[in-house]
Amino acid sequence: MDFNLTREQELIRKMMKDFTENEVKPIAAETDKTCQYPRENIEKLFNLGIMGMIVPKEYGGAGADDVSSAIAIEELSKQCASTGDIVATHNGLCCGPIIQHGTEDQKKKYLPMLTTGRKVGAFALTEPNAGSDASKGQTEAKLDGDHYVMNGSKIFITNGYVADVFVVFAMTDKTKGTKGISAFIVESSFPGFSVGKHEEKMGLHGSPTAEIVFTDCIVPKENLLGREGKGFGIAMQTLDGGRIGIAAQSLGIAEGALHEAVEYTKGRVQFGKPISKFQNTQFTLADMELGCEAGRLLTYKAAKLKSDGLRFTKEAAMAKLFCSEHAMKTTTKALQMFGGYGYTKDYPMERMMRDAKITEIYEGTSEVQRIVISANMGL
Amino acid sequence: MKIIVCVKQVPDTSGKVAVNPDGTLDRASMQTITNPDDMNAVEAALKLKDETGCMVTVVTMGPPPAMGMLRELMAMGADSAVLVSAREFGGSDTYATSQILAAAIKRIGLEPDDIVMCGRQAIDGDTAQVGPQIAEKLGMPQVTYVAEMHKTGDTITVKRMLEDGYMTIKVQTPCLLTCIKELNTPRYMSVAGIYSTYDKPLDTFNYESLKDDSLIDPATIGLKGSPTNIFKSFTPPLKGAGVILEGDGKETCEKLAGILAEKHII
Repeated sequence: MDFNLTREQELIRKMMKDFTENEVKPIAAETDKTCQYPRENIEKLFNLGIMGMIVPKEYGGAGADDVSSAIAIEELSKQCASTGDIVATHNGLCCGPIIQHGTEDQKKKYLPMLTTGRKVGAFALTEPNAGSDASKGQTEAKLDGDHYVMNGSKIFITNGYVADVFVVFAMTDKTKGTKGISAFIVESSFPGFSVGKHEEKMGLHGSPTAEIVFTDCIVPKENLLGREGKGFGIAMQTLDGGRIGIAAQSLGIAEGALHEAVEYTKGRVQFGKPISKFQNTQFTLADMELGCEAGRLLTYKAAKLKSDGLRFTKEAAMAKLFCSEHAMKTTTKALQMFGGYGYTKDYPMERMMRDAKITEIYEGTSEVQRIVISANMGL
Repeated sequence: MKIIVCVKQVPDTSGKVAVNPDGTLDRASMQTITNPDDMNAVEAALKLKDETGCMVTVVTMGPPPAMGMLRELMAMGADSAVLVSAREFGGSDTYATSQILAAAIKRIGLEPDDIVMCGRQAIDGDTAQVGPQIAEKLGMPQVTYVAEMHKTGDTITVKRMLEDGYMTIKVQTPCLLTCIKELNTPRYMSVAGIYSTYDKPLDTFNYESLKDDSLIDPATIGLKGSPTNIFKSFTPPLKGAGVILEGDGKETCEKLAGILAEKHII
């Protein structure tokens, strides 16, 4: 058994640590305040090969492993969970299913676009009445000669108003329930595609979330991803992988908050000594550290299983559940340590706490993760 | 055309500086980084590589862990690396180091259109001597404090940044340039670079492989052959808070003159 990162994974960590410190940290608060998509940094992440890093070399990527991808998202999220989210969505939810289920022609066309072509990717599953119960989607795609005609809308789509390539799920046969769902690769330039409402959110202000609308949208027949009727399985499999990304993002948020708390409590003097010298503070920080270490092991294990081609559904759910709840606990307790200052925008704690909350909700709520874990326990 | 960049692994002085009981730097207990000015030299070389397609080789003298730094530089885009490492080379001062590095560069081979680049100076010794001494040992022109450079054919136009202005000069290859931070912003490693760095060639030059060069004289290399010896290293005590005199009148000036005279500065 080996808990060591590979030489390449160590270098990815170092590279992303430097990048995050120099490029992400200086604009994180402003990105949150102005709700600006961090376009320049995403361009730089394309230049470095982080966007689409898991894409095989022959399609323009670096062929990086899933642990490296998790490390990149973790490091970015220590300072800016929005940037971590944009990368996690692009890599795990858009590149991921195309790598996994795309035909050779689809891979040759779309994967270079999502790497060297600098096109941002997104994933569109959620609808107003189909959240945790993804099988109740109403978006339809009807075959009409050499193309499908897609109608409906999707909500809460990460990268929604900046993405060029979407993996979209739509009903091709409403009578068959989940077996009537199919997956498609849809470009924002297709006729009938439009972006609807931009969401105003509690946190993740730099992550562009929007509704997307299909009005008689023309999707070429060759853009069907996988076979007709197999979309639900593709969605669930993609979310399994995506959960590793959210686990890494949550872990990064918790680690970032812990680091801030350690630095602050060492410098904040009350009752004649730094508050880091009080046992109550020390025990709380110890619990935070413990959770981060446990979360790291769960996340990297799930990522390693995925890289090795082994089953990882339960492990990804456990990593996502544990890390997201730990991020929420850690940011809440860290903010408490900052006292009144933590509640102000002069310090990053309130931003981190707002950013943490979504990790317990998206890509499967904590409740859904418990369903997934228990469903894999032979009960 | 190729560019050879000399780099040094140095203690990260942004952290705590540790000193051994004998006064030498306790390098083992300190984090290391690639010397900042050397990073500018690497970036300048990689930019020329982007423009011309030339090869870039990074060279360092140091203990085997310095290979990690060389892999990082190859993950940025350097094509190959050489580690110069031997017990006989340990403890070398700038004079001895420049002889050994010059011998290593000769072994790599210098063509008429090649360039050797160094950082201006290392943050641990701050001597700025190794680059110029390598050029002397190799008998080729050198330009220090390079803040801007353009290559046309076998001529490089260089803007040197001096204390009181700039000097623009032309130099012919092969030559040695020492680079400063104003020259560029070093790039990050890339994912593709990281995944290919361990496939790139990294040679080790030990004493055996360099000993036949006339520059490698046991009397002038290593600790024993070094004219400079470190007597003591220490962290200087923190300076007290300064005094700020308010006002721009004669009275303030007289007060300032009085303080300076009292301290025998004027």
